[in-house]
Amino acid sequence: MAAEVSVDITKNFPDRVTVRASFRMDLEPPSVLVLFGPSGSGKTTVLRCLAGLEWPDQGSIRFGSEIWVETGACIRRHPQQRQIGYMSQDYALFPTYSVAGNIAYGLGTLPEAERQQRIREVVELLQLQGTEASRPAELSGGQQQRVALARVLARRPRLLLLDEPLSALDLPTRSRLRGELRSLLKQLAIPSIVVTHDWEEALALGDRMVVLREGLVLQEGTPQQVFNRPQDAEVAKIVGMETVMPGRVIEVAHGLVTVEVEQRRLVAVGGDGIGAEVFVCIRAEDVLLEAASTGTTSARNQLTGTVREVIPMGALVRVEIDCGFVLSAIVTRSALEELRLSTGAFVVAAIKAGAVHLVPRRAGAGSFSA
Amino acid sequence: MNWTAILVTLKLATLTALILVLIGLPLAYWLAFSRWRWKFLVESVVALPLVLPPTVLGFYILVAIGPHSPLGQFYIDLVGHPLPFTFEGLLLASVLYSLPFAVQPFAAAFEQVDRRLIEASWTLGVSRPMTFFKLIVPFSAAGIITGAVLSFAHTLGEFGVVLMVGGNIEGVTRTVSIDIYDEVQALNYAGAAKTALFLLIVSYTVLLAVYAINRKVWAIWPQK
Repeated sequence: MAAEVSVDITKNFPDRVTVRASFRMDLEPPSVLVLFGPSGSGKTTVLRCLAGLEWPDQGSIRFGSEIWVETGACIRRHPQQRQIGYMSQDYALFPTYSVAGNIAYGLGTLPEAERQQRIREVVELLQLQGTEASRPAELSGGQQQRVALARVLARRPRLLLLDEPLSALDLPTRSRLRGELRSLLKQLAIPSIVVTHDWEEALALGDRMVVLREGLVLQEGTPQQVFNRPQDAEVAKIVGMETVMPGRVIEVAHGLVTVEVEQRRLVAVGGDGIGAEVFVCIRAEDVLLEAASTGTTSARNQLTGTVREVIPMGALVRVEIDCGFVLSAIVTRSALEELRLSTGAFVVAAIKAGAVHLVPRRAGAGSFSA
Repeated sequence: MNWTAILVTLKLATLTALILVLIGLPLAYWLAFSRWRWKFLVESVVALPLVLPPTVLGFYILVAIGPHSPLGQFYIDLVGHPLPFTFEGLLLASVLYSLPFAVQPFAAAFEQVDRRLIEASWTLGVSRPMTFFKLIVPFSAAGIITGAVLSFAHTLGEFGVVLMVGGNIEGVTRTVSIDIYDEVQALNYAGAAKTALFLLIVSYTVLLAVYAINRKVWAIWPQK
């Protein structure tokens, strides 16, 4: 049997939706799986079942050849027996222990020298030097997050479970730490499952992505697949970002950056340096369609292309335009008729620089074939 | 003042408080963290001594440990003499009588401990007993001290249960409250007053300690 984590569980709640989740994740090579969904979608419940903090009413959870839960055979492996690294949304640091004490907390069974060695290792890895004697309350939000990670990593977990790892932080810290967390997860090479409702986090951290809504798995795939090819309108609404393409920053000037995507150039607002590998993200409703270029416009980006597909979505229509890459736009039916848009028609797409969002990505990751 | 009665009472109260810490902590842990749906049945039984007249409780304990009950017979086989009207019998009755005064503060303190910290401890591989001692006990120290002190104070003043189960044997089961009653019966008001005052002072001191421990902010003191 291939080394994988497999989850197939049902959990009922008296006053909430039933969670019925089923998915797998390969353990080799180590990858990051993102559980994505709005609040109340059951993603935290799934993570807590994986951690052994909740028991499903029915189903099984397997880790490689180990059975963690099998309700049919009444097998329940407790969190202590799973050797996992679980980090809750609020980090749950022990307030009366120092940073070093928090890290040492789970290392009680190791000999003293080994314990000190492990503490030194993670303190260095997460750049916590100098804070060892501080209490968690004396640290910034970003430092607390790193202590929580250090505490979990010191035990050398076989599986990392991170519940909204960045949501307790303020916005500037969050975008900074998103990049740090991404490189850390890559460096660690520990299979990880990350719960988030933030599409930027999903893109930045995930190798694969599972979209949940009201307890059900709606779609599975690479983040780019899920964003660009949502299975249905529901998934599209949840992810809220229709065009995601890998690109590279080639020019930076006056607070604007130029990114190259499939030989096309787009102007965006952003702080990334030249050469940075990014995901270029554009919401379909931010794309204006014109029959022909009007010449002068406030939109910094004008892309010419042909209509590839027209997909009706109730009162609106989603138009997929081939302009070197596939760009999605959402227009009304009347606009569609006025512009005479049908498959193969010539069209100009205008996008304001501010509507082109850039998310840093790992070089080489997220390669996408349609 | 009857120093013999005072010594018996202090010995009884101390031992009762100690035993209640030993059996009350696991019981309170179970009450605080169990998700069993019939838990309220046990909770009600634990709280029963709060509302039951001491004579009723004493009567049932007397019957339960008497030589005609299986429990009483077992004790006679084991030790050689019956349990009622001995210090051990009185101790057993006191433990049951003061049970809610220990268990309820313990359980309330455990429930206050942040559940997420406990879960963090478990996922860090620390066993449930170790989590209890490393995390739960330090965080609920005030509640544990309160429970121990309250059960001590409550045992000091018990009367009905002592009379029913312990009788009134000088130096063995005659406690302070019974001594006061005897003095009053003998119209020795001066002796009763002295012992009563002693009990009042001890009880007040003990409660002062409880409230001081549980006081989070000393509003009347100038801030540092």
